[in-house]
Amino acid sequence: MRSLDLAVPGWPGHRAGQHVDVRLTADDGYQTQRSYSIASAPSTDERLTLTVERLDDGEVSPYLAGELRAGDKLELRGPIGGYFVWEPAAGGPLLFVAGGSGICPLMAMLRLRQAAMSTVPARLLYSSRSLEDVIYRDELDRLGSTGSGVEVMLTLTREQPGTWNGLRRRIDSEMLHAVAWPPAEQPLIFVCGPTPLVETAANALVNLGHEPARIKTERFGPTGG
Amino acid sequence: MGFVSRAFKGRPRDESRDARLPPGQYLVHDFPVLSAGPTPRTSLAEWTFSIEGEVDEAKHWNWEELRNLPSETLTRDIHCVTKWSKLDTAWEGVSVDTLLEGVETAADYVMAFCDGGYTTNLPLEDLTGGKAWIAYAYDGQPLESQHGGPARLLVPHLYFWKSAKWVRGLRLMNEDSPGFWETYGYHMYGDPWLEQRYSGD
Repeated sequence: MRSLDLAVPGWPGHRAGQHVDVRLTADDGYQTQRSYSIASAPSTDERLTLTVERLDDGEVSPYLAGELRAGDKLELRGPIGGYFVWEPAAGGPLLFVAGGSGICPLMAMLRLRQAAMSTVPARLLYSSRSLEDVIYRDELDRLGSTGSGVEVMLTLTREQPGTWNGLRRRIDSEMLHAVAWPPAEQPLIFVCGPTPLVETAANALVNLGHEPARIKTERFGPTGG
Repeated sequence: MGFVSRAFKGRPRDESRDARLPPGQYLVHDFPVLSAGPTPRTSLAEWTFSIEGEVDEAKHWNWEELRNLPSETLTRDIHCVTKWSKLDTAWEGVSVDTLLEGVETAADYVMAFCDGGYTTNLPLEDLTGGKAWIAYAYDGQPLESQHGGPARLLVPHLYFWKSAKWVRGLRLMNEDSPGFWETYGYHMYGDPWLEQRYSGD
């Protein structure tokens, strides 16, 4: 896992939840491209952050997470997308459900919420294999413990530290029932992660009585590159 | 276009494979799932398919009626705007030509509409002449709900977001009008060979 802070001259700005296309070109002209969610809050300083999970059989992520170094240039296109986005004016309460690197676009929303000093209540349920796999762990610890109005709940599915007294299984209906705002509060729900997690969580939320139109999903398979 | 990315090698070049891959696409062997919201659920007893809008008379089929129409099996390559392509996917469904038989219209465009509220726009001529199907089986099995079952539009010569999942009908239109992703900046037509991913391509 690696976060890339990019200076992008002329960047028009983005909305929290949008992504960019990154295109790489080899010296024989071969090109390939992949999409990455923007993890930083919208800003006017022509900078953005991408967080890249290295996939061993990937073509682009090993380069971005390994080879790339400060000073290298990248070809970007964006911002792209406009449905899986949140802005303070959209209100809440907010429920974020993330798996693995699916946290990235949700992090942009949480960071925007902080930057805009929004008081919209937010809950994050975030599934990782182990504590080491929790992306933005320190930042999420701070967010969840400073009375910022954000509640952070981690679930560790494969490996838990000996002292762990939190959740320790894959996200399921019972967990969502305990964590989610009641449907009567009409939360805005964003779910992002691998397809089985998104499918399970979105179905369970509909069964719990949440309006399908208020559940926005973003999915990626193991072929995200 | 662009510049060389220092020390980027990329996957081994395979000429025989590349000829079937549109520009900017890479091959997958699984079947990724992408959708903007929960997978909708409509029981087959309630399911209908409609052709409506700028037509002399709207047409409707229930599930059984659709399944009793002549079907075709076909094998095609599919290309998703998120850059993956999958070769030789095997489908069964009803040709849109069959559904449009006897439909009188002067319309040039179509909005496909779906359970869950999804829409996508296409020129009518891209749905006729053996280019589009209402598909209900994939790889010899009923189409799974996460892939758009019970039935999805299949228009394999365009980016796959045009092959609307959970399709419930076609609304014929005199003027082109953006559907769901097209409203968010995706291309109005979406030819993968011209790499028409986003508005302005």
